[in-house]
Amino acid sequence: MSLASGSPEPIPTDIPPDPESGIEVAVVAYPEDTDTAVASGLLPAGKPRSTFRRGAEVFWENKLAVAGVAIYVFMILFCFVGPHIYHTNQLQVDFAHQELPPSAAHPLGTDANGFDVLGRLMIAGQISLEVGIAAALLATIVGVLWGAVAGYVGGFTDSFMMRIVDAMLSIPTLFLALVVVSMVTPSKPVLILVIALTSWLTTSRLVRGEALSLRTRDYVQAMKVMGGGNTRAVMRHIAPNAVGTIMVNATFQVADAIALIVALSYLGLGIRPPQQDWGGMLSSGVQYVYDGYWWLIIPAGFCIVIVIAAAIFIGEGLRDAVEVRLQRR
Amino acid sequence: MIRRVLQAVGVLLIVTVITFVLLRLIPGNPAIAVMGPQAYRNPAAIAQFDRVYGFDKPWYGQYWLWLSSLLHFHLGYSWKLNQSVQSLLSNHLPKTVFLVGISIVLALLFAIPIGMAQAVRRNKFTDHFFNGFSTIFYAMPAFLLGLLLILIFAIKFPIFPPEGPQGEGVGVLFTDFSALVLPIATLTLITIALFSRYMRSSVLDNLTEDYVRTAKAKGASERRVLLRHVLRNSLIPIATLLGLLLPALFAGALITESVFNYPGMGYLFYQSALNQDYPVLLGITVVVALATVVGSLLADIAYAVLDPRVRYVSQ
Repeated sequence: MSLASGSPEPIPTDIPPDPESGIEVAVVAYPEDTDTAVASGLLPAGKPRSTFRRGAEVFWENKLAVAGVAIYVFMILFCFVGPHIYHTNQLQVDFAHQELPPSAAHPLGTDANGFDVLGRLMIAGQISLEVGIAAALLATIVGVLWGAVAGYVGGFTDSFMMRIVDAMLSIPTLFLALVVVSMVTPSKPVLILVIALTSWLTTSRLVRGEALSLRTRDYVQAMKVMGGGNTRAVMRHIAPNAVGTIMVNATFQVADAIALIVALSYLGLGIRPPQQDWGGMLSSGVQYVYDGYWWLIIPAGFCIVIVIAAAIFIGEGLRDAVEVRLQRR
Repeated sequence: MIRRVLQAVGVLLIVTVITFVLLRLIPGNPAIAVMGPQAYRNPAAIAQFDRVYGFDKPWYGQYWLWLSSLLHFHLGYSWKLNQSVQSLLSNHLPKTVFLVGISIVLALLFAIPIGMAQAVRRNKFTDHFFNGFSTIFYAMPAFLLGLLLILIFAIKFPIFPPEGPQGEGVGVLFTDFSALVLPIATLTLITIALFSRYMRSSVLDNLTEDYVRTAKAKGASERRVLLRHVLRNSLIPIATLLGLLLPALFAGALITESVFNYPGMGYLFYQSALNQDYPVLLGITVVVALATVVGSLLADIAYAVLDPRVRYVSQ
């Protein structure tokens, strides 16, 4: 197609072979494809590997993704098991020990109420992680249902449902969440609900697209010709093929949900004191920035960044693993 | 094309329904919220309030009132600030447009070369370096980045003031330029992180296209192929992306403005959320949604103009 649109000047015939030509790129891009075609049972070369096995191998080869998983395992242990090992007082305000710099007794110092920052980090992390992960799961469920119904039913229902998604997408999630949160007193379940109900939109678009394209695939059509019903089409063919995409999206949803809960709490409209999440720790630390009390900001900020980055790494690793056809390494 | 415009109008109509429903969901009596609990003693005042603001009408009457006042650019009247929403916006909106506009331009100036360099040196050091850079700034919430910049450039080394330009009117933006540096830097860094990832994958996609091979076969230098062919075509999806990322940029602006006390629209929105000033909240929501819908419409039109392969066929 692009060849036809070339310029009218005659093409020179004696071009020296360019070692960095696009041809080389194209060759590099596909060797895995022939490889997988052989490996997936065209030749009786040993045991055929399942798509899942191959995906898992790709995932474990991705160092960043494995690091992401390690970060999550560590953070979950840190937040939920940590307080049982590292006992600190997080209930009684202790003005005798407020705003102490890091020392042997308090590895990350103490805050304005005399709470140990390391211990506070663990308890605050429980809220950030719980709300983030639960909201992402709920958003995924809502988005999958909405998108699957729209994509499978089609027609007017589909376009109406998708216009609603368009309309909600045109309002920034943070704005929508702030309006809702300013109306109700936020608790953990309320925040999970608010975040989920404002962030299922991208998932629904993705799933709708997936449902639309899968429905017309040859193997689904072939199965229908052979007498399979709708339930079989969805359960046996469409769902397993869409599940990878959904998982990848859910991982990115975790990153976004944690970013949102942390931002809401930072703005003072998320988790309310005396409970605090990482965003709340940051926002109460802000008042002391001018005194140079870095330990009230850096530790909580560090936790937020690595948890969100880890979710992105895992999501990218999963995407590589799912898109077996796009493996270009 | 007409179909696309109609679609945009439909989406905007749904936005007004959503904001209207949100306005109805507000718990309690709006008259009490505005006039204070003392108003309970004065039912006549409540009735008066309901009549003036149309709360005595059935829901469809109220929706019609809201829609027709929107069509006349009446966005409502603040419950707390004793001003109409449009006069508040005329003061705050230009500042946000200024902040977001400058950040987008600066971000594009950095993100386009970065994305290209990453794609050309794919899986080499340059790629990994900028990939790490963009992941960190993508994962870093805007308020944290703003705080770190304040901590370093306003407190440790007092080069720039920790607050945005203060005061009424748009003029202050041009008198107090050093105060703009940190807010703009915050939003720009985050926007670069957003754009450079897309630029990288857009260039990568284009590098495998046939026309690249054709150009090289005709003896065009690497530089010419990249700058004249690949760059141009890679920019097309970025135009669409600008429309799509507008909501994210507004959200970033809200956080940035609240960190730096920069009196723009996001700051106004945040203060209104704290004060439960719903007419302002919903007025801004409608304006932001309008900006996004129009933005993505323009992006689609630009896409069709820039890329001859895309044509909207009316069905």
